[in-house]
Amino acid sequence: MSYLELRDISKVYGEGAAEVRALQRVDLSVDAGSLVAVMGASGSGKSTLLTIAGSLEDPTSGEVYVGGRALSSLSRNGKAQLRRQSIGYVFQDYNLLAGLSAVENVSLPLELDGVAARKAQSAAMESLDDFGLKERASHYPDQLSGGERQRVAIARAVVGGRQLLLADEPSGALDSTNAEAVMRLILVACHRGMAAVVVTHDAQLASWADRVIFLRDGRIVDQTLPVDSPEAMLTKLPNQ
Amino acid sequence: MSVRHALLALLSEGPKYGLQLRQEFEARTGEVWPLNVGQVYTTLQRLERDGLVESEDAADEGPQKGFHITEHGEVELTKWLRTPPDFSSPPRDELVIKVLVAFELPGVDVHDLVQVHRRYLVELMQQWTRLKEDESRFDLHFALVVDAELFRLDSLIRWLDTVDGRLKRAAAGVSVPAPQSFPLPKARRKVGAPE
Repeated sequence: MSYLELRDISKVYGEGAAEVRALQRVDLSVDAGSLVAVMGASGSGKSTLLTIAGSLEDPTSGEVYVGGRALSSLSRNGKAQLRRQSIGYVFQDYNLLAGLSAVENVSLPLELDGVAARKAQSAAMESLDDFGLKERASHYPDQLSGGERQRVAIARAVVGGRQLLLADEPSGALDSTNAEAVMRLILVACHRGMAAVVVTHDAQLASWADRVIFLRDGRIVDQTLPVDSPEAMLTKLPNQ
Repeated sequence: MSVRHALLALLSEGPKYGLQLRQEFEARTGEVWPLNVGQVYTTLQRLERDGLVESEDAADEGPQKGFHITEHGEVELTKWLRTPPDFSSPPRDELVIKVLVAFELPGVDVHDLVQVHRRYLVELMQQWTRLKEDESRFDLHFALVVDAELFRLDSLIRWLDTVDGRLKRAAAGVSVPAPQSFPLPKARRKVGAPE
């Protein structure tokens, strides 16, 4: 059952000679529990795809369904509520609030959604604990390493039983060990039933996905076949 | 891959039997490069001929026949470990050649061709990454082999991305020097080769 569905999405910026077609007739569906990576060069439209999927921006045409609900049928407030309750975002530069501790950063979206402060804090603590950050809960972003900041950002994106995780170059500035740790956490979130979309130009990141979609000049041009199980893969190793 | 030197390295830890060498070789290389026992014995015979190892007991010719490294073998092993493999000249990479050839052919969309190869490489990377998922059966040796493979495939994808980018810039009229404009006859020689 797909949790996120993009149907015939186009996005045009500007008019006339300045017109830019950022996305052209894009169809994409992402099931609960699966991780889809969208690969493409800068300017291919991948970030636009993510902002439209996350209801941060409206498409010029086409329809986005999140959890079966058409975004065009929701009011501004309805979309804001959907974002707070169902969608988690992870950005390249973490977007943590500098004046809040790790646990406050994670509990903030819950509190904004009306969850009582104490309950929000305990859910945030649980989420940080899941990602091995319990000891860092009272630290401020500038006291955390890049890898830890991104883990806090992921804890914030999944807290409160959200169902859709959207990540834009989530390991952008991290070294390969930390990048792998980030992808492992995103995968853990998927195994717990979240649908996730990661947009990236990095093949190492994309290779964690169940399916990789290739975007060029705003169009989906190709996608990978389903991945074999590890067992099937081991039998394919070269024999001498 | 040098089976010869890998066996020398294992013997530098102490005397070992042929079967034991095979098992340890496979364990150390993440069991990615299986070795048959015949290959082990042929290699050991050559090492013995070259004076790099000696058999423990000439009377026992069976699988329990042990070998130890000689002083000459130790010197050879140290030399091999510290000698960089020859990366000085570009390998005849089939992927690179296919793309270069495609540039000249009428009716071939190089972007499409690049995408065919990119998708295949990403699929291979997905399969290797799948093996990393289960950390419980992912020992250090295997992890290092998988990482090496992922970085190798990734570098090819990055090159394909660059091909796409350069083609796009060239088509948009952004000046990209043609290869003929800097023939660099010296570059045809091995980089780093002595004058």
